[in-house]
Amino acid sequence: MPEVKVRKTVTGVEDIFHEGGPPVATPYRRGFIVKVIENPYAGRYVEDIQPFMQDLKPLGMQMAGDLIAAMGVEPSAVEGYGKGAIVGEAGEVEHGALWHAPGGYSMREHVPNSTAIVPSTKKVGGPGARLDVPVTHVAASYVRSHFDAIEVGVEDAPRADEMAVILVMTTGARVHNRAGGLPASDIKGEDGLR
Amino acid sequence: MSIARIRKIAVFVDEIHIEQGRPIDPPTRRACAVAVIENPFAGKFVEDLSDLMQVGEELGGLLGERAVKALGIAPAAVESYGKAALVGENGELEHAAAILHPKLGAPLRKAVEKGAALVPSSKKRGGMGTVLDVPLGHKDAAYVRSHFDGMEVRISDAPRANEILVAVAVTDSGRPLPRVGGLTSDEAKGEDGLR
Repeated sequence: MPEVKVRKTVTGVEDIFHEGGPPVATPYRRGFIVKVIENPYAGRYVEDIQPFMQDLKPLGMQMAGDLIAAMGVEPSAVEGYGKGAIVGEAGEVEHGALWHAPGGYSMREHVPNSTAIVPSTKKVGGPGARLDVPVTHVAASYVRSHFDAIEVGVEDAPRADEMAVILVMTTGARVHNRAGGLPASDIKGEDGLR
Repeated sequence: MSIARIRKIAVFVDEIHIEQGRPIDPPTRRACAVAVIENPFAGKFVEDLSDLMQVGEELGGLLGERAVKALGIAPAAVESYGKAALVGENGELEHAAAILHPKLGAPLRKAVEKGAALVPSSKKRGGMGTVLDVPLGHKDAAYVRSHFDGMEVRISDAPRANEILVAVAVTDSGRPLPRVGGLTSDEAKGEDGLR
């Protein structure tokens, strides 16, 4: 199993106290982690790319654990998650798709009762490209209060032969959520949807 | 009770593991803590900016401590630092100056233990998502060449027109592969803040 070559790690944790409305007692916390890695398939067409998906699994597990630690919360306090990838210009969007399984399942290994699919997005872009990574509730995708997105980017990445793989997590609902829908208190958490 | 009316606080950490193919072990690490605050003087000319100077004093400690904590190191292990402010469109550059220059430094120096050198700074005015480049310099000896650096921060929804984004950056290292000579960290005396 080839080692994943990591050039850079970037994390960010944000506490939101209010957005013009009443300040909340416990701030809404959102975090991201990015690893800038070498894309082993850059610059040519490779048919069988799935071996790299296996290589990414340990990296995903480490990233999920490190992100929870950076957020300073228990895994059970994570209520929303998402993932994404930005592939440098010598790669394909299909290379970013390799992140779906290792990125998603790594977070679900760490976060208890995370039955919901991990929402995701990806694109090909240059250094400094920004990705709006979607966020949904970890146990029930239809929980409206937890729909969110976190913008992530690294000024000098991805270079042409790199990929930036991203995980994001949140600790609750949007700070002034009042758009109705299924509340987190009413979910069954069995099918990952409601 | 906080003097600054803080809407959000964000802390970013970046680590460089490889530079130009060469492993950097341990990685160089930089952290930047950012507060998004209301600008009490947005949209009007106010002569006396002392309220913002108080805000600067509060944020120097708060953001300095947050950034050091994010690196998980002892305050004395901080090697370089910097500060910057980004004023939303209804404010003045002078508002950034009032936050950054009179009082922010003393509590920041406490958060990093010592800090004999001037804290390098930058300021600008801009809209939401504007990039702010926070300059970095060695905390005890401004001439240490290996530690001149900068860290980019950006928050997609700030500053709104009546807000100010205030940033404090710290590191536990200089640039990843320093080789342009000059005064080194080991040679620095750290008494006069320069050498």
